[in-house]
Amino acid sequence: MTPMNRAASVSESLDRSAVASWVRGRGVYVAFVALLIFNLIITPNFASVATFSNLLIQVSPIVLVSLGVALAIGTEGIDLSVGSVMALASAFLPLYLGYGWPVALFVALLVGAVAGLVNGSLVAFVGVQPIIATLAMLVGGRGLAQIFASGQLLIVSDPAVLALGQGRLFGIPAPVIVAVVAVLVVGFLVNRTTFGRYVVAIGGNRSASYLSGHPVRRTLLLVYIISGLLAALAGIVATARLGASDPSNIGILIELSAITAVVVGGTPLSGGRVRILGTVMGALLIQLISTTFIANDLPFTWAQVFTAAIILVAVYLQKGRGAA
Amino acid sequence: MEQRDPILKVRRVTKRFPGVLALDGVSLELRPGEVHALVGENGAGKSTLIKVITGVYRPDEGQIFLGGEEVSFAEPRESQAAGISTIYQEINLIPLLSVAQNIFLGREPRGSLGLIDRDRINREAAEILERYGIRADVAAPLHSLGLGVQQMVAIARAISVEARVVIMDEPTSSLEAREVETLFGVIRQLREEGVGLIYVSHRLDELYEICDRVTVLRDGKVVHTGELTELSRLQLIAHMLGRELAEVEAEGATGFGEEHEAREEPVLQARDLTQRPRLHDISFDVRPGEVVGLAGLLGAGRTETARAIFGAEPLDSGSVKVSGEEVKSGSPAAAIRAGVAFLPEDRKSDGIIPDLSVKANIVAAALPRLARAGMVSEKAQNELVEEFMQNLGIRASSPDQPVRELSGGNQQKVLLARWLCMNPRVLILDEPTRGIDVGAKAEIQKLVDDLAVNGLGVILISSELEELTEGSDRVVALRDGAVVGLLSGEEITEGNLMEVLAHGGGSEYGTPEDGNDADE
Repeated sequence: MTPMNRAASVSESLDRSAVASWVRGRGVYVAFVALLIFNLIITPNFASVATFSNLLIQVSPIVLVSLGVALAIGTEGIDLSVGSVMALASAFLPLYLGYGWPVALFVALLVGAVAGLVNGSLVAFVGVQPIIATLAMLVGGRGLAQIFASGQLLIVSDPAVLALGQGRLFGIPAPVIVAVVAVLVVGFLVNRTTFGRYVVAIGGNRSASYLSGHPVRRTLLLVYIISGLLAALAGIVATARLGASDPSNIGILIELSAITAVVVGGTPLSGGRVRILGTVMGALLIQLISTTFIANDLPFTWAQVFTAAIILVAVYLQKGRGAA
Repeated sequence: MEQRDPILKVRRVTKRFPGVLALDGVSLELRPGEVHALVGENGAGKSTLIKVITGVYRPDEGQIFLGGEEVSFAEPRESQAAGISTIYQEINLIPLLSVAQNIFLGREPRGSLGLIDRDRINREAAEILERYGIRADVAAPLHSLGLGVQQMVAIARAISVEARVVIMDEPTSSLEAREVETLFGVIRQLREEGVGLIYVSHRLDELYEICDRVTVLRDGKVVHTGELTELSRLQLIAHMLGRELAEVEAEGATGFGEEHEAREEPVLQARDLTQRPRLHDISFDVRPGEVVGLAGLLGAGRTETARAIFGAEPLDSGSVKVSGEEVKSGSPAAAIRAGVAFLPEDRKSDGIIPDLSVKANIVAAALPRLARAGMVSEKAQNELVEEFMQNLGIRASSPDQPVRELSGGNQQKVLLARWLCMNPRVLILDEPTRGIDVGAKAEIQKLVDDLAVNGLGVILISSELEELTEGSDRVVALRDGAVVGLLSGEEITEGNLMEVLAHGGGSEYGTPEDGNDADE
């Protein structure tokens, strides 16, 4: 049996890996650049600072939550709750502004970490499937957020908080700076630390990872806490940009954009690999798709169909590695 | 047993898989009212034979006759309809449905309007259970019952279809002693009714208690078939393991390989390891520089013992000491810190992380040591990887090649490197040479020998008698999760080993039970 399987997987990896793995790893860059060039030619007024600035600001919250989702998917899990955790952080933010903006930000981040802790505990210690545990948080989290905010939209006027969404540093929009810092930090965690090694080992072969002495449960817990923190950060940025806390609408369906960004970016749903830069490019690509359609006055519904096609292509390209 | 026309006849069946001849001209006759034991070690072809009979696989050559007529099943459903019922080791039932619903799953009696007649299901299910002396509430959801009872329900389901042939694949592996008795009651009842049974098990006691005839498979061939009572346990084991009795007796003591001088105090002390129902009071020592073999047939508890020592299986009771210090049980991480290393049996599912590089696979266990403040030192890691790839002769295009692309032997060396770079005190090897080519096999055996010479304590699990007798300084024999014998030095011969596996009783840990008690 063993030699047979091996022979099959070796031959399969030989004929597919050369082309497919190159495309799989870098297809998202190719697609992004192609669409960029397309826009430069077709779309009126595309080549302006304002256009790019807007694109980057809009994509920042998606990038933030995608990083956490990428970690979860890397462990062969998933985090569906990111949008609701954004709403939770957004709901708590104005409630504590009376104690000063540092306290309010801290509480908002803490709420995200606690939500992640709950997700992580269910996954790591109770053994609930990640999709179920985070689905519960997706549903319950937003409910809680609306309860705490009394279902209302609250105006946020603290200048320090607003700066996170609307300010600029050396001309660079604040949300973009936050996202870039997060990308660098998570990229460092994934590529340089034992934690990052544990994440891909657990996703690659959980049993082997456990038998190599890896702290499987602690790592899973940490993954979901980090994802919760990043979602809270995204919630803060989105709230600051809007100038209001709106738990009913903030982060709605963002988990789907995040999963798309992660998968299109080359992180397989079966885990065992995390591509941070690919995830960023994936997020940029789907944002650019909707920008393209909107800027050219095409019906937005077609942008969704186009995105769906991109997802299918990405998943198809990943199929090749299933045999191993 | 009087000669009757066989109810099931397998004639010269051959089944090939790419690169493997799984069945090679296998013939088997099953008479009505007989319990026919089908035995053989891993890879002997038992499962393939069952799958050919039940229509999961189609034979490449040969024929199958059921009740005198040639049959050719395209899928399992057809064999079931023809009266062949199979009970697998794993329970294939639906946990949330009731016992009765499970028994009638897919063939529910219908009432008026074509609706399922629930009362009738419950009534008939109760009758079936009653008939075979199985006690269970037919309305209870299946998952609320113990594993053993669930297994009995699976059996009830299988026999309630008016089967002419019943195949049981290790039906007792999850049963308690009392439940085994109930099962045997069911089997005797079926035998009375003229059903032919094929019974797969590794438990010799059970075979001799319930089976009439036996067919032994090895490497896809029938190596023996006949009345079980005419076959001693020793002969049966000799057939299974492929060692001719006369040859073994003539060879006598072998004494291959290095004799290692055991020094000092034991580096590993396992005491009374118990994990019901699989392990019972297993105790043994390993001294530095010593290779201790764990012998036993499939299902004897060798792997479970290894995993228990490594902290990967929870223990009901017992303790493990490394260099005199007790290891906190319950996590491999603690065992690793204490200096224990474990090369698992299933390289693919428990060993390699297929998509990661050779490098990442080698340093997997050493990560905590290579890291400062949570960061992995690239330099220290590369040095380690380079050293061990060279020492073990790991052939890969580069340290960054995904490990899944390596040959089995090279993957095994990667896993050995993973553990040897930890400088362990105790190395547990579970089937270290299974499924790898002859050259790599010899290299790994030599390596183990060298490691022991250098003072490592080694536990060696192997299904190959040769490997155990040549490689071990002492051998602990296990049967049904308990130590039944201990051989050392000159005593370690294939003949002695088979004797102990068959009857128990060695120098130190002998058991009183003697087993020439064949049924009838």
